[in-house]
Amino acid sequence: MNSSNQEPTIQASVKEAYEEKSALRIIAGNSKSFYGRQIQQQSLDVSIHHGIVNYHPSELVVTARSGTSLTELQTLLAEQGQMLAFEPPHFSETATLGGTIACGFSGPRRPFTGSARDFMLGCKILTGRGEILSFGGEVMKNVAGYDVSRLMVGALGTLGILLEISLKVLPLPECETTIFFQLEEQQAIETMADFQLQGRLISGLCFDEGILYVRLSGSEKAVISEINNLGGEKLKNSKAFWQNLREQQLEFFQTQKKLWRISVPPAAPIVNVDGEWFYDWGGALRWLKTNCDDAEVFDMAQQTNGHAVLFRNSGIAEDIFQPLSAGVRLIHQNLKRAFDPANILNPNKMYSDW
Amino acid sequence: MITISPHASEKIHHQVIKKKLTKLFRQILPDPSILTEQEQLVPYQCDGLSAYQCTPWIVVLPNNIKQVQKILHICYEQGVPVVARGAGTGLSGGAIPLNNGVLLVLAKFNEILQIDKKNRIAIVQPGVRNLAISQAAVKHGLYYAPDPSSQIACSIGGNVAENAGGVHCLKYGLTTHNILRLKIVTMQGELLTIGSHALDCSGYDLLALMTGSEGMLGIIVEVTVKLLPIPEAAQVILAAFPDIANAGEAVAGIIAKGLIPAGLEMMDNAAIRAAEDFVHAGYPVDAEVILLCELDGTADQVADELKKAREILESFGAKVRVALSEAERQKMWAGRKAAFPAVGRISPDYYCMDGTIPRRHLAKVLQGISDLSTKYGLVVANVFHAGDGNLHPLILYNAENFGELEKAEQLGSDILELSVEVGGTITGEHGVGVEKINQMCFQFSSEEIDCFHAVKYAFDEKGLLNPGKAVPTLNRCAEFGKLHVHHGKLPHKELERF
Ligand SMILES: Cc1cc2nc3c(=O)[nH]c(=O)nc-3n(C[C@H](O)[C@H](O)[C@H](O)COP(=O)(O)OP(=O)(O)OC[C@H]3O[C@@H](n4cnc5c(N)ncnc54)[C@H](O)[C@@H]3O)c2cc1C
Repeated sequence: MNSSNQEPTIQASVKEAYEEKSALRIIAGNSKSFYGRQIQQQSLDVSIHHGIVNYHPSELVVTARSGTSLTELQTLLAEQGQMLAFEPPHFSETATLGGTIACGFSGPRRPFTGSARDFMLGCKILTGRGEILSFGGEVMKNVAGYDVSRLMVGALGTLGILLEISLKVLPLPECETTIFFQLEEQQAIETMADFQLQGRLISGLCFDEGILYVRLSGSEKAVISEINNLGGEKLKNSKAFWQNLREQQLEFFQTQKKLWRISVPPAAPIVNVDGEWFYDWGGALRWLKTNCDDAEVFDMAQQTNGHAVLFRNSGIAEDIFQPLSAGVRLIHQNLKRAFDPANILNPNKMYSDW
Repeated sequence: MITISPHASEKIHHQVIKKKLTKLFRQILPDPSILTEQEQLVPYQCDGLSAYQCTPWIVVLPNNIKQVQKILHICYEQGVPVVARGAGTGLSGGAIPLNNGVLLVLAKFNEILQIDKKNRIAIVQPGVRNLAISQAAVKHGLYYAPDPSSQIACSIGGNVAENAGGVHCLKYGLTTHNILRLKIVTMQGELLTIGSHALDCSGYDLLALMTGSEGMLGIIVEVTVKLLPIPEAAQVILAAFPDIANAGEAVAGIIAKGLIPAGLEMMDNAAIRAAEDFVHAGYPVDAEVILLCELDGTADQVADELKKAREILESFGAKVRVALSEAERQKMWAGRKAAFPAVGRISPDYYCMDGTIPRRHLAKVLQGISDLSTKYGLVVANVFHAGDGNLHPLILYNAENFGELEKAEQLGSDILELSVEVGGTITGEHGVGVEKINQMCFQFSSEEIDCFHAVKYAFDEKGLLNPGKAVPTLNRCAEFGKLHVHHGKLPHKELERF
């Protein structure tokens, strides 16, 4: 894999922007530019900074520059029988590691193995002052200092530009199969809760259009006995199905309506709204296509002890994240000021007030 | 014992009179919940790191959130520093009080508020003991995964504040991977909800910042933890090795073959003997090292993995025994979990280190520790979480021998330096506290330390929560005089050398 260290170039750009107080819109693969509030500033391309820095399969850790192609990284891991167990979506072949972590996206395996932030071990960042700082490291356990690395996951680049990222990786499952059941929505919610209470070999659990899909991972023998145990029909194109779900290529996601990502406790009751639902993460992640008012969706998410994000098809400058409580918002603003005092890194990308 | 007080640059000064402050506290707390007399204060002088102590100024024992809010608000207004304390089992002196501060004890917050079986969560108060959660969840077939060896005593609030690990964190993660939501009270007295009962939440990951924050950002007054289904099967293998290098390679071999054991723990001969004498776990006392390798999951999965693991261990020269009954499995673990107190029986005092290293340097670091042990003339017993490279060298000493504690401290510091040198960290799970605050200066640059301070001020603008812990001032670093080359640069160059 080719490699290029562009730390000095990127640092110089940020220092200059800091001096001139000119805002930067950080971009890399542009695969997820639809996500976040739509902002207009001068762009800074960080995809030039790429390559694997360190990979020791038996340590279960990989460190790579943020502009590294997600596909290339995953191919390298797969050659050693390993994977990014949070199963990140790409949304385009140009997806980079940095963008994946900055968005904090995790795929269908997330409830069973962990999220992007769970696998984050350490990072090197460039703050809004142009300083290069390192937090965490390449070890599994590290409690020296506050956990700034995990703070970066999902921060959409508003607290710092990710330069290098160390992630924990896991072995690929020996065998993976999907079975499915035809169920009503209510039954499906209950079945998903039941399955998850049993601690089986489940690594994917979603419900769409009357069908409950259950992905099983483990040793071949264990998977076979699990199929016998649970029943259901075997799905033919298992791999493609989960990939299409992860990449939002399934029929459900082809829409002009607003697409909401609603994160709730998995057994939360079904909500009746004018729209259509897709249940992933064993019920904990619900996609909603609707024309309802934004305020109505945010209210509903809050009432179910969760939160909503307007994932796709938002309008210019529209707020897309669940509003924060006043006290929590203040801490956010303080943190933003601490990492990016001139407010130059992706300003207003997350919330309109900073 | 060493009396601890914050470094001059970290001390919070105030003019508040003790009588006046207790009068204010009396308006919100019943008299027995406010301790001010010497004999009442003594039990709170230290935590699990008993070589260090300080008698607190005032101790308060609130039992509800409103009281915590009011106490903090008063202290905020008066400029009085506050230290939180859970069960006081911490091993880095994080809960050591201040002689001019309030010690806020959360022991009375000991209720499990709700177990929600369908959502597999428990909502608990911070003073609830770690093990009590699993005990309450067992009737639902669930448990709370992180299992520090201190789990019968330590509080969940303390676990969150330290990001505690345990013997099962290779597979199940640390505290940070197993909590969903916190309620915290800020220094100003405001109650905030951090995280949610969903798998993620909006905004920045403040939950990550709170976890492992050692009581420096806010007081945790409620915790929602994830519960996991109790695995259908669990089996443990005891593997005895004639030398440490082979054992280290066997660990790498297991991981390289795609196995993630639920637990993968190592003990050296000194630790094996101490544990065997103490709990009669059935350990081979002539082995140089033992590895405990636990596999859990569905019965078929465990059977397959057991076979694989056994073959790998044997291929690295181990003598292998599989626990034949649940009772035998429990006994094998009891030896490991009692390793610290077991070492406590063979030496008047011991000092437990917590460095974490990339596993490939295991043999090298253990050799280094052994050389240092010879150099300082102090015995070191090693117990560690081999799967994730978290070492717990236990340095044996006798505090009654003049200068021996200082020698133990110096040996400990050298071990941590060695851990950082090979790309590791000074603390994997016990926290920095007062114990390793100087060593923070060689792990981080001055800009990084400044960033930590900025994070703290984002929560606690007056710096009143647990001052003098976890994050050193740059003045302290200059005085400590560590001139380690970090990322190719000399740290703290802007500060005058003392
Ligand atoms: C024999 C022995 C074995 C151990 N084994 C392990 C192990 O395997 N793994 C491991 O990780 N640790 C282990 N420990 C260390 C210790 O038990 C853990 O760090 C534990 O999490 C501390 O919990 P505590 O309730 O005793 O906290 P305390 O010691 O009371 O406090 C620890 C820190 O947390 C802060 N704090 C406590 N409660 C709160 C709160 N509610 N809000 C905000 N801050 C708070 C305190 O200010 C302090 O900084 C062991 C300790 C002993 C003595």
